[in-house]
Amino acid sequence: MSAQKLDLSLYGVLVAAGILVPLLAPAFTSQMAILWLMVLMAVTWDMTGGQMGYNSLGNIAFFGIGMYASAVVQIGIVYDVAEYTAAFGAIKVDFTVEQYWTGLLLGIGFGGVVATVFALIIGPFMLGLRGPYFAIGTLGLAVAVAELVSGWSYVGGGSGISMPVFPGEAASGSQVFYVLLFVLAILAHVVIRAIYKTRFGLAINAIRDDEDKAEAMGIHTTRYKVTAWMVPAFFMGMAGAVFGNMSGFIEPLEVAFPTATFGIFMVAMALLGGKGTVWGPVLGAILFHIVKEVTWTHLLGWQWVALGAIIIINIVYFQQGILGWAQDRWPSLFGVTVDEKTTRTGQAEAAK
Amino acid sequence: MSGSLIEVRGVSKSFGGVVANKEVSIDVAEGGITGLIGPNGSGKTTLFNSIVGYHPIDEGSIKFKGQEISRLRVPDIARLGLLRTFQQTRIYSKMDCMKNMLISVSHRDEGLGSMFGSMHDRETEAFAEELLEFVGLYQKRFLIAGELSFGQQKLLEFAMALMNRPKVLLLDEPTAGINPTLINGLIDRLKRANEQFGITLFVIEHNMRVIMNLADRISCLAHGELLATGTPDEVQNDPRVVEAYLGAH
Ligand SMILES: Nc1ncnc2c1ncn2[C@@H]1O[C@H](COP(=O)(O)OP(=O)(O)OP(=O)(O)O)[C@@H](O)[C@H]1O
Ligand SMILES: [Mg+2]
Repeated sequence: MSAQKLDLSLYGVLVAAGILVPLLAPAFTSQMAILWLMVLMAVTWDMTGGQMGYNSLGNIAFFGIGMYASAVVQIGIVYDVAEYTAAFGAIKVDFTVEQYWTGLLLGIGFGGVVATVFALIIGPFMLGLRGPYFAIGTLGLAVAVAELVSGWSYVGGGSGISMPVFPGEAASGSQVFYVLLFVLAILAHVVIRAIYKTRFGLAINAIRDDEDKAEAMGIHTTRYKVTAWMVPAFFMGMAGAVFGNMSGFIEPLEVAFPTATFGIFMVAMALLGGKGTVWGPVLGAILFHIVKEVTWTHLLGWQWVALGAIIIINIVYFQQGILGWAQDRWPSLFGVTVDEKTTRTGQAEAAK
Repeated sequence: MSGSLIEVRGVSKSFGGVVANKEVSIDVAEGGITGLIGPNGSGKTTLFNSIVGYHPIDEGSIKFKGQEISRLRVPDIARLGLLRTFQQTRIYSKMDCMKNMLISVSHRDEGLGSMFGSMHDRETEAFAEELLEFVGLYQKRFLIAGELSFGQQKLLEFAMALMNRPKVLLLDEPTAGINPTLINGLIDRLKRANEQFGITLFVIEHNMRVIMNLADRISCLAHGELLATGTPDEVQNDPRVVEAYLGAH
């Protein structure tokens, strides 16, 4: 099977699972929604962290920024935001169905755009840092953004914002958010996979392998690096907007900027599945989510220990991850061509 | 040959207390092959680094095609068509040889749109294959570059530089680590790159036989200072050069 066909059938499996599971087992809808969110996080993280080698620990900032941007837009089109947040939820705004949907779609779009612009502004500075300095710098960034939002009363500070209530039954609401996260996750993967096939893919791989060499060869490294952070920011911003609405209530620490959970999970998932591979982050997210849910049910209290153990074993003994390992073993399955022709014309030329 | 492509004038560079280059002036003639020799630690690589903008210089001026470049950044200088290879060979070690070649195209007039340009343009691929064949790596084109031997990596790095179609190429010890029986082939390829592709070469080399064979002008550095410049014969017979090499031991 060619790599192309394999990719197509994997998309087929994902889409089928995405449609069938909530239909056949509606009880799993919200868990599946979180799964798609985790897939999106791992896949987008991998563009900067895996393919370009810049291990960001702060991508969760884009998520929270997108969430807050959408909240401000959704409330702002109907009501004064400062007044709304100052009342700590005492004000119940009645959104018409049309206002709700307009706000939601605008909010998601805005969430993506604001997070992207943020990456564009902060990127040139942050991406000047290399290796562990970048990792720590981005972690600091996420913590600082969360801190700033906590102290900003316009968006409700630490007490957060109640999001507009979904017009209709709660169950159909959770289906809507499920579909949105599902579509976003698949879309992110399709777009990112397509981008890797262009010059962009080669350029960020070159930066990963030897950035000094890439500069010495005249590659516009800053341009590529910032873009490779803006793409994840865009999808993370939109996902944050959806997740905020799904939660119904947003606040800085647990919902918008969960640095110690989702912020770390996305890295762990990409590493587990195989960073720098097209499907590794997807596989990693699925496995990680399953382990997380199973340990939650059967090993309550030991869940964090189990997850921590996975991360440690992964990093200490198994750095290339599952698909990284498989790619080394069966290169041709991953589109790695083997061709032993000795000359361009194909004549088996005797050694000189 | 017409005029100087690179003009280095009075360039000094120190690292803390170490004076690596002191008032060095060198001309690299357009279309020619200029050699740079000198004992270990005499400041040759430092001079290359200064020319390509790797570090700021303390004093002096460096011009490329008449334009002052001593304050430009590394990628900007590379995009002008002034390229270098590294003494410690550098390639993209986790990508295959073809990909190494394809991403080494010139980035001179690249707009934002070309970031997402296709990599499957037949002409570019054909040129990459041609160059890989030129350095004898065609068979290895889908091999991960990091798995090549050291000598093969040097050849790949050279092919990557040619892929960029530079005006001038600074080569830092191109024959170091290359099997002596292959050195003649490499000299031949360097000469062909110079003649066929019209690339001006500026070459650091320890192997005297190679540099005497290759260069039409040679400069010699010692303790960071320019000792002598001339034709291979003049330099080879210059007593100061002889003494610098013997005295260094
Ligand atoms: N980045 C640096 N920091 C501190 N000192 C340096 C640095 N680069 C070079 N030097 C010093 O400058 C001097 C010249 O070094 P350089 O690498 O230019 O020599 P070279 O002529 O290329 O030698 P070789 O033939 O061994 O490659 C040496 O004394 C070296 O220790
Ligand atoms: Mg040197």
